[in-house]
Amino acid sequence: MSVRAFHRLQAELLPQRPPPASTVGLFGWLRANLFSSGLNLALTAASVAVLALALPPFFRWAFLEADFSGVVGNDCAGVGACWAWLDQRIGQFIYGFYPAELRWRVNIALVLLAPALAYVLFERLPGARYGRWFTAAYPLLAGVLLLGGFGLDGVGTDKFGGFMLNVIAGLAGIALSLPVGILLALGRRSRLPAVRVVSVAFIEVIRGVPLITLLFVAIVILQLFLPPDVTLDQLTRVMIMITLFASAYMAEVIRGGLQAIPKGQYEAAQAMGLGYWQAMRFIILPQALKVSIPGIVNTFIGLFKDTTLVIIIGMFDILGQARLLQTHPDWIGKVDHETFLFAALFFFVICFSMSRYSMKLERRLDTTRR
Amino acid sequence: MPSVEPDRSNTLRLSRLWTDERARGVLWQILLVLGLILLAAVVVSNTATNLQRAGLASGFGFLFDTASFDINQRLIHYQSTSTYGRAFIVGGLNTIVVAVLGIAAATVIGFLAGVSRLSRNFLVSRIVGAWVEFTRNVPLLLQIIFWWVVILALPKVRQSLAFADAVYLNNRGVRMPWPVFGDGATLVLAALLAGVVAAFAVARWARARQQRTGRTFPSGWCALALIAGATLAAWFAAGQPVTFDAPVMGRFNLRGGFNVTPELVALWMALSTYTGAFIAEIVRAGILSVSRGQVEAAGALGLRRGLTTRKIILPQALRVIVPPLTSQYLNLTKNSSLAVAIGYQDIVSIGDTVLNQSGQALEVISIYMAFYLTLSLLTSAFMNWYNASIALVER
Repeated sequence: MSVRAFHRLQAELLPQRPPPASTVGLFGWLRANLFSSGLNLALTAASVAVLALALPPFFRWAFLEADFSGVVGNDCAGVGACWAWLDQRIGQFIYGFYPAELRWRVNIALVLLAPALAYVLFERLPGARYGRWFTAAYPLLAGVLLLGGFGLDGVGTDKFGGFMLNVIAGLAGIALSLPVGILLALGRRSRLPAVRVVSVAFIEVIRGVPLITLLFVAIVILQLFLPPDVTLDQLTRVMIMITLFASAYMAEVIRGGLQAIPKGQYEAAQAMGLGYWQAMRFIILPQALKVSIPGIVNTFIGLFKDTTLVIIIGMFDILGQARLLQTHPDWIGKVDHETFLFAALFFFVICFSMSRYSMKLERRLDTTRR
Repeated sequence: MPSVEPDRSNTLRLSRLWTDERARGVLWQILLVLGLILLAAVVVSNTATNLQRAGLASGFGFLFDTASFDINQRLIHYQSTSTYGRAFIVGGLNTIVVAVLGIAAATVIGFLAGVSRLSRNFLVSRIVGAWVEFTRNVPLLLQIIFWWVVILALPKVRQSLAFADAVYLNNRGVRMPWPVFGDGATLVLAALLAGVVAAFAVARWARARQQRTGRTFPSGWCALALIAGATLAAWFAAGQPVTFDAPVMGRFNLRGGFNVTPELVALWMALSTYTGAFIAEIVRAGILSVSRGQVEAAGALGLRRGLTTRKIILPQALRVIVPPLTSQYLNLTKNSSLAVAIGYQDIVSIGDTVLNQSGQALEVISIYMAFYLTLSLLTSAFMNWYNASIALVER
């Protein structure tokens, strides 16, 4: 008897059969993610109910039944949202009380901001070497454009407002708080006791009190500290305080990064004959800052959101403009939710992009993987 | 024989001092301290001159002057003839009230949202994720004012939204039943306390027995029975001394009950959802930090899902969660100062009024700072203690 009688010989491979229909494709996905168990089914039903209750009325309110034209609030029917103010008042939301005939200067400053930011944020842009110089010169350029001088008419900072005020206060705070924060973090880890004590005291006191008390300091106390004949502009005082506030938080984030650097790196830098500042500049900080990027960006986001606090001390940023319009006789009671939604979306778009950018940067700088 | 130069390395030479690291360090520190002293001297002299010019007296004596303004939410006795000092105490207590309420609600919201964001249900995790991202990325001040405007737009008192004829929601806030403690109420409270103590004792005994013999004991149900049983027994024994004063709709107004001001409701809503969204991210990161192997090992040991969460995942996740949770609690407490924007009378808001009336800017701001620094120190001390109690005990 031949061996052949006992096993079947398969001359060619069997064709691959598709997996069971319930585990692949749309159906499989639905089953795994939405209906895998009784609880899951209930959760799905609840979620669908929430969406059905919330989304269609929102869309009807915001778009279908909304009014888009009109001169005063009463021109809106009041069923849906009243977006008529957008057309009328968008200038105030963007420029505050900046003189209308000079708004082109703000526009130029905003347009120039794009390349100035791009050269910091993205690598591999054409002309990167000169771009960095442009970025460095940008604050001066923007200052002249916004405030006047060199033949341009002067505009007081009390005319700043809206979107523009948030961006100016936020960017100035961001640009200044990083270097101050680095110095404070180094000071806190310094071997010199006096430097360490001063840094720790500064950081802990600032972190222990709310920003609003510091803004009160800026408004009512800073003037007392200065010689009687010196007056500081209100916006400058506020920006100093916002910067000091953010730099204390920044210092703690960077200290975390510094602590993550192995001792061997410090020792290697010393062995190479580098002095303290050289070691920091070339060895330690590049690594420490990389580690602390997520924290730094989070601090930036917090700082940007905190710029709304200026309304408490009587300046009118974008939220302040929303409040102004909400209590304006022409619009009272008509645009409450619309203006809040507009301001909220403005912050959401900027802050959310910042956090996504930081996640991207984190992945790009993560040299340990790959 | 070549002559040997005398060794001078130990002798003091000024030109060498600059190259000596320690000497340079001392020099920098002296310069720093001198600079700070100089700055302080300039600031003090400027302030003295400025105060003199404005004709302001300095010092905390004003705290004993009559405040002559009203405070609508007060935990202790206060009237407009009370002193500024008392007004500050009332304001401080109001800050603590909203901070405690906010911390409790934010923790619950944060844990629920953090867990839901990890849900295997696609819709749940996405909806919660969208909510978390939106709430985190919109300024808190905007959210506070938004909730306040929403509450002020609620129906008037006569058209209050009623829930079970007990809780009324209107544009003056929330009015709800409030316990009234009659004679013998202390007995009920004592019984409640005794129940809690007994429950802890039973849980302790049950844990020890389980360690010894492996036999489990339903200490959770037992605790519930002890606490509820003791309280109810005392309540009936003392002749039902604790009653609830429920609000009643009168002709023009709601009477009775306890009214929570719209400011407190708005501030509480905004603070707890905003901080809750941050806590959700912390909780999510904490749970994700527990490695998958732990869950699989628990499964291999035959633990059910609930037990795995309670005994395996949570204790390990908490170690990651607690330190950032502390800073969120501190943030919430500090953020409660935004109350001034909607007129909730916390310490900042009251201090602002005092400042406008008395002009004592330096003193008011130092009271602010002292108050918040103390709160921060207390909160972080407590959380450090808690963190130490759940930390991994290593060899």
